[in-house]
Amino acid sequence: MTADSAPTVTRRDPASIAQGAAAALNPSARSGLAELLLTMADDEFVSGFTDSEWTGIAPILEEDVAISSIAQDELGHARALYELLASVLDDGRDADAIAYDRAPEEYRHARLLDEPRGDWADTIARRFLYELADEARLASIGDGFAPLTELVAKLRREERYHRMHLVTWIDRLANGGEDSRTRLERALAAAGADAATVFTPLEGESALMQAGILTRSMAHAESAWRGDLTTILVPLGLAVPPEAPLSSAGRAEHSDAFRWLWGQFTSVRRLDPGAVW
Amino acid sequence: MIETALSLRGPDPRKPSRRLGDEDIRAALDSVPDPEIPGVSIVELGMIGEIEVGAEGIRVELLPTFVGCPALEMIRESIEARLASYGLPVAVNVSFATPWSSDRISPEGREKLRASGFAPPPPVQAGRGLPMLDVALEPPMACPYCGSFQTTLESVFGPTQCRSIRHCEDCRQPFESFKPV
Repeated sequence: MTADSAPTVTRRDPASIAQGAAAALNPSARSGLAELLLTMADDEFVSGFTDSEWTGIAPILEEDVAISSIAQDELGHARALYELLASVLDDGRDADAIAYDRAPEEYRHARLLDEPRGDWADTIARRFLYELADEARLASIGDGFAPLTELVAKLRREERYHRMHLVTWIDRLANGGEDSRTRLERALAAAGADAATVFTPLEGESALMQAGILTRSMAHAESAWRGDLTTILVPLGLAVPPEAPLSSAGRAEHSDAFRWLWGQFTSVRRLDPGAVW
Repeated sequence: MIETALSLRGPDPRKPSRRLGDEDIRAALDSVPDPEIPGVSIVELGMIGEIEVGAEGIRVELLPTFVGCPALEMIRESIEARLASYGLPVAVNVSFATPWSSDRISPEGREKLRASGFAPPPPVQAGRGLPMLDVALEPPMACPYCGSFQTTLESVFGPTQCRSIRHCEDCRQPFESFKPV
């Protein structure tokens, strides 16, 4: 397009587009969308920070690079989701304010991600369960809110690499020898109890489905996830986490390990509020 | 004196009007290097989407290679600095409406990547869908140094989000490749 056919520049910054699209939703879909974005962003944010705890001390050099790169991806995904959330809420807070200026109990990540880094088997078990759950959730996003649909299309391209990496590690630890297999089994059993908390029902779930923002309920996404887990774990002789009733507490009531992590990732922000890089 | 009179009457009507267009902007941005691979421009990497030019300003759509690319702000500043000489307000909009794919890298960009020691990515041809990673990652990639296909994938994850680490069995050099995405 040249100046002849476009005499004026259309102002189309991403924040304005997202604000417009959010304003077009009915109030219950809009509050459901804010809830969904907050849970997705907090999951990626906490997961990314926990992964980054391995930077410098991962088992091998290549893995140090890999887990750090995955952490960077997840923190980037969190930033993009917090930015969308900031547009939807439109309450004067930017992505950093939402990410860093909350008390630990106000975070809405799944309890699965509350656990400390642990050993390498703990990290791989937790990350594997989360990665496949995140994939099932991303596959549940419809076209009711275009800015999220577009972002999710991009996120899924990147998450494919994380999935491939984590499935490779599950296979490696399962077949690596007695020690690695025992550690993996123990880690999967420990993380398995909270694994389905990623699918904690959302208050606004029915409004999100009516608005086409979600194409299926969290319960349906969970059964898709269980099917996916089964195809990977059963051939390796590993147990699929048992089904457990979900309560709305699956994203509240965080652990001491998370409060410690929160102290770490908010330390710079609290030291100098409003500082810019 | 004559020149002053002409300029008062506006542009010479015998000459075709030459107003700033999106191709001028694209050409200007072709001199903005990627901060992490200085041998290749952001246009050659396919990071520039739609461009609009009007009396009120210039709008450039920037397509991140990866959502969390930490170089994005630096690229945004480089675009603004490069276009400042046009004297118009510049808006750089980061957009996911068209997801960046490694298929957007131009033939010139692929050649320059190779010359910089990066194996260009195999085509994924996924459009808006998901790339077939197995297909994209399995065929051996040519070593950018000696051209040998006797190469192995050492790690999908490399020093930046968009790069992987490989090794050439013939010239015994480690090298990097762009992730197909």
